[in-house]
Amino acid sequence: MHASIPPSLPDAERLVDALTAQLRPLLGQDPALVGIHSGGAWLAQRLRDELGGDIPLGALDISFYRDDFKRIGLHTQTKPSNIPFEVEDRHIILVDDVLYTGRTIRGAMNELFDYGRPARITLAVLVDRGGRELPIEAQVVGARLHLLPGQNLELLRDGNGRFSLKLHEGS
Amino acid sequence: MNNPQLDKNGRLKHLLSIEGLPKDILTQILDTAESFAGVSEREVKKVPLLRGRTVCNLFFENSTRTRTTFEIAAKRLSADVVSLHIGTSSQSKGETMLDTVNNLVAMHADIFVVRHAQSGAAHFIARHVAPHVHVINAGDGRHSHPTQGLLDVFTIRRYKPDMHNLRVAIVGDILHSRVARSEIHALTTLGVPEVRVIAPKTLLPEYVERLGVHVYHDMRQGLKDVDVVMMLRLQNERMNGALLPSAQEYFKCYGLTPDKLALARPDAIVMHPGPMNRGIEIDSAVADGTQSVILPQVTYGIAVRMAVMSMLAGSGE
Repeated sequence: MHASIPPSLPDAERLVDALTAQLRPLLGQDPALVGIHSGGAWLAQRLRDELGGDIPLGALDISFYRDDFKRIGLHTQTKPSNIPFEVEDRHIILVDDVLYTGRTIRGAMNELFDYGRPARITLAVLVDRGGRELPIEAQVVGARLHLLPGQNLELLRDGNGRFSLKLHEGS
Repeated sequence: MNNPQLDKNGRLKHLLSIEGLPKDILTQILDTAESFAGVSEREVKKVPLLRGRTVCNLFFENSTRTRTTFEIAAKRLSADVVSLHIGTSSQSKGETMLDTVNNLVAMHADIFVVRHAQSGAAHFIARHVAPHVHVINAGDGRHSHPTQGLLDVFTIRRYKPDMHNLRVAIVGDILHSRVARSEIHALTTLGVPEVRVIAPKTLLPEYVERLGVHVYHDMRQGLKDVDVVMMLRLQNERMNGALLPSAQEYFKCYGLTPDKLALARPDAIVMHPGPMNRGIEIDSAVADGTQSVILPQVTYGIAVRMAVMSMLAGSGE
């Protein structure tokens, strides 16, 4: 394993701009944005503001679809999922802050299908940090980093709604 | 002292009574139920959380509604569900309650939902089962019926989210109610500043004031400016004894009619745990009126039971 600690983390605001530019061509397909709690939900909301228009916006809390429930139990703070539009035959842009093992995305896709059969799902992430354990890839990526398994990358949002990235070193 | 309802990490292991639940667990149940309420509105009303688990409804006393809502809740969590009405099977052949339970554990049942006429039955089973088995009390005699209490509190929070600013009146047979005491406890724990009980002296427990409630014998005084009216069911058998003169008399004094409800706040909600005695504790015009949330209570009962079962199933030993 040759992963190295990046000298500096990218500016999250620039990554938002990069995602916005990549997503704009998809708007003709009448997509809907769905963010995964918490960071992905913030990001989806922000992307809708940046993209303008009235793109439908939803949020998923995948606590009921996690594959580690038997090991760690239910998350103590679940938030209601909220999909206020028809998923059936819709192009869904699934948004998350950090793509790692792919397990969260699997849970999110399982949950989405319980709302209906989407026409297509595009995955958009701010950062792809590598380390996949499932055959899942993002189509729209702000930045690619190689982080160590013990490291944890977190998206922060300040009082003015500005994003930044923070790296936590594992124990 | 060890709290039999919590595991060593402080997570909910059994649900036996609302008393003894810390505030953060109460809040977690209500918040989790909020998430499950959304699941019931989707096209697919199921989540895969309890796939591979078996929920066993052990009803030593009949209660169709409670059993049905537990069954639906377990099925929406993708569990396998077995419902046994014990009164008609093993016990009549002389098998003890624990033998019945142990046989079901041998068949790999994971969660027991227990309804029994005897107070403490669920506690007894919880004390004797293997560490990986969870028990939910679905009503034991006069003692406790925690999921009913929780769904009532959940309903109040849904309609009146600012619980620190509420007046709640509980009306009727407080003495024999297995939910009134838990509800008073839960409401106080969650910060409701004023809980009133309205009942004739014969239907109030002694020292009820010690629970921190305001006592009223006159319903018109008691309902003044309340935000929530919780009616209790009057058990038919009480009406034949010395406690009450007659059903008509009771309705006149303690039945919820439109003119009495008009004394509460105009946006007050009316609740009832069911099954209702129309014309005894509640007038049909109120039960079916715009302020009634009696049917939403049933719907929320499923979300609350889903929350409890998923929290139990996720707790350790």
